[in-house]
Amino acid sequence: MSSSADLSIVWMLIIAFAILAYVVMDGFDLGIGMLFPTLQVGAERDQAMNAVAPVWDGNETWLVLGGGALLAAFPLAYSIILPATYPLMIAMLLGLVFRGVAFEFRWRDPEHRAYWDAGFSIGSALAALSQGITLGAILQGIKVTNHAYGGAWLDWLSPFTVLTGVSLMLGYALLGSTWLVWKTEGSCQAHARRLALKLGLATLAAMACVSAATPYLHNDYWRRWFSMPNVLYTAQVPLLVIITAAALLWSLRRGAERLPFLMTLALFVLNFIGLGVSLFPYLVPREVTIWDAAAPVSSQRFLLIGIAFILPVIMLYTGWAYWVFRGKVGTEGYH
Amino acid sequence: MAFDALHLARAQFAFTMAFHFVFPAFSIGLSSYLMVLEALWLKTGNALYLHLFKYWIKIFAVAFGMGVVSGIVMAYQFGTNWSAFSNRAGPIIGPLMAYEVLTAFFLEAGFLGVMLFGMPKVGKALHFFATCMVAVGTLISATWIISTNSWMQTPAGFVVNAKGQFVPAGSWLPIVFNPSFPYRLVHTVIASYLTTALVVGAVGAWHLLKDRTNPHARLMFSMAMWMAACVAPVQILAGDQHGLNTLEHQPVKVLAMEGDFDPSPGGAPLVLFGLPSNEDATVHDRIAIPHLGSLILKHDLHGPLPGLKEFARDRWPPVPVVFWSFRIMVGLGLLMLALGLWSLAARARKRLYDSRLLHRAAVLMGPAGFVAVIAGWVTTEVGRQPYTVYGLLRTADSLSPLAAPAVASSLAAFVLVYFTVFGLGAAYLLRMMSRLPTPFEVEPPHIPQRAAGITPAAGIDAPAHRAEAKP
Repeated sequence: MSSSADLSIVWMLIIAFAILAYVVMDGFDLGIGMLFPTLQVGAERDQAMNAVAPVWDGNETWLVLGGGALLAAFPLAYSIILPATYPLMIAMLLGLVFRGVAFEFRWRDPEHRAYWDAGFSIGSALAALSQGITLGAILQGIKVTNHAYGGAWLDWLSPFTVLTGVSLMLGYALLGSTWLVWKTEGSCQAHARRLALKLGLATLAAMACVSAATPYLHNDYWRRWFSMPNVLYTAQVPLLVIITAAALLWSLRRGAERLPFLMTLALFVLNFIGLGVSLFPYLVPREVTIWDAAAPVSSQRFLLIGIAFILPVIMLYTGWAYWVFRGKVGTEGYH
Repeated sequence: MAFDALHLARAQFAFTMAFHFVFPAFSIGLSSYLMVLEALWLKTGNALYLHLFKYWIKIFAVAFGMGVVSGIVMAYQFGTNWSAFSNRAGPIIGPLMAYEVLTAFFLEAGFLGVMLFGMPKVGKALHFFATCMVAVGTLISATWIISTNSWMQTPAGFVVNAKGQFVPAGSWLPIVFNPSFPYRLVHTVIASYLTTALVVGAVGAWHLLKDRTNPHARLMFSMAMWMAACVAPVQILAGDQHGLNTLEHQPVKVLAMEGDFDPSPGGAPLVLFGLPSNEDATVHDRIAIPHLGSLILKHDLHGPLPGLKEFARDRWPPVPVVFWSFRIMVGLGLLMLALGLWSLAARARKRLYDSRLLHRAAVLMGPAGFVAVIAGWVTTEVGRQPYTVYGLLRTADSLSPLAAPAVASSLAAFVLVYFTVFGLGAAYLLRMMSRLPTPFEVEPPHIPQRAAGITPAAGIDAPAHRAEAKP
């Protein structure tokens, strides 16, 4: 393999990391947004909002990094996937607009706070659904003609993609509820814990459905998961999922505060690994591999230098920002 | 069909970009202003600076939030609407924009939470550091995105590979520091400072009109007018240099700005007004001053200038748009200069806080920076047409394979959502600005105090309350 090929693998891992970081960090923000209507107006909602207000902007930046790095390192994939999921991308962006402005606007316009809260929830749900459907659309395959998207503008819509869309909504809601279990107390926490149990079961059921349906999308997926000797390795993923799921439900019943969120994170990581098993080395299944889509070595190398030095610093100060706002929201008042 | 999708996509990009640009133009300047206010407060201990800081940081939080959400839209529009451009120019502009994310967006976002909500938690010194990081972040962000934009205007340091992609020829330095980048960067950053100064000045003036003794209003008006008086002349010089650079690298754009269809071997006039027409290749009803155009562009009354007619017509931008947006920008720039000089004169006569006419003028000029920024952006971007990568990749060849109905619906959705959301956001900003800054910059009482540390910007207030309650 040339050094270009090696760099492409590095870049795939970086983008995978950015997407995973986005999914787990903005996932709990969006999840809390979706759970908002179930929280009581007043203290519960304010606490929930405060649990994400200082960090949401940083969380969302990972989405920009994922998109930006995809454009920089794999421009062909970027230029195929985005037009293929056009209405989804637009819906996601508009959803994120409503979600993002609500953080400030709801305090600035008390008379219409209910509207901004509704916009916060609907925006969060729309963004989550669009992202989930996009994931499904990539898995089910994208029509490529002449190095460009060759399908129509609603090709992404299918029962499978709706299933992945709903699944991701459930998963984000689970992340959000377990984050609230960690960060809040009192009635808000108790409420979040009850929700987390239900959402945990629902998410696991949805994961089972998606996992069962994926191998039927294409022979290739079937072979990757079930042929010998692959199955010896791939079988570890569902096994770990079962263990993690058990730990999640147990920790919720036992009244643990942090473990439920961490176990949910682990579930997302395992799902992500599963996705990698299904897709690697394709960015667009059976059409475009990471090597087909790769930008020239000079582009990949130029940005890699920055990533190598800057990403650790980013993680350092992002960690610091989380640490500054550690602990329960609302318990450390100034009075 | 492709024709329709092309125009819809261009309309969508222009619409979303025009909305987006307003926010960073404001937040680049405002974050620096906040940094200065906090520094002055820390240095002098004068509480007036702290009050102003608290007042403007709430406005900053709202404006910055709108900038973030409208900016994410831009990051993805390259792929959704301009995928052919993304694929072909991605190896060059992709890394530049990714560097913006890495070095600027994370920095701003990482420290914004601390800046808005963290003063009670981290103390003054670290808080000031966070404020500085946010301000520096906005400047780094401007640097990368303007490098990207400038590369599209004056591409350099590239070769075209077998797949038709623009790829680096060798070093990245000529790409990043492409010929128009330094000029455009200086011109744009100064524009942001000027825009912010005009807004701050207008708010100060508005409150002076109601109460000319108010110390907060006086302080912000005075600071803003110093800024306008110092920066407006610099901006005109920077604009002049930028224009010379454009003449060198994009003569067609400058000729469109000037309305010079015919070559002027003996020196070009300055067309003040007129109705340019691409079809007729002339400026109807024009009013012009002989030789002044050459004086400005060549710094020589008889310097020869080419005319648009010497270039193929399919390389002309829409001349009326470029011609008029340029005049709007320059006209407003001259008014800003006038305001700055007027304030200097009033200050010299110790009438800065008493001249109601000056205050009224400053209020009127409040939005002028935004209008000028958008007009300048229209000039440079429409002036780049019909190309996305100047002279090399046509806009028509940059489009995604999209159906017109898809773009039409998304455009309609953007228009609806942006006017609603950002319209209300602007109303909130105006409402916040219409209040006077007070020594007690508090949140409205409906916000639960126990959560004050992390409700927007209220965290800043908490230690001051405590300090003022204790003495």
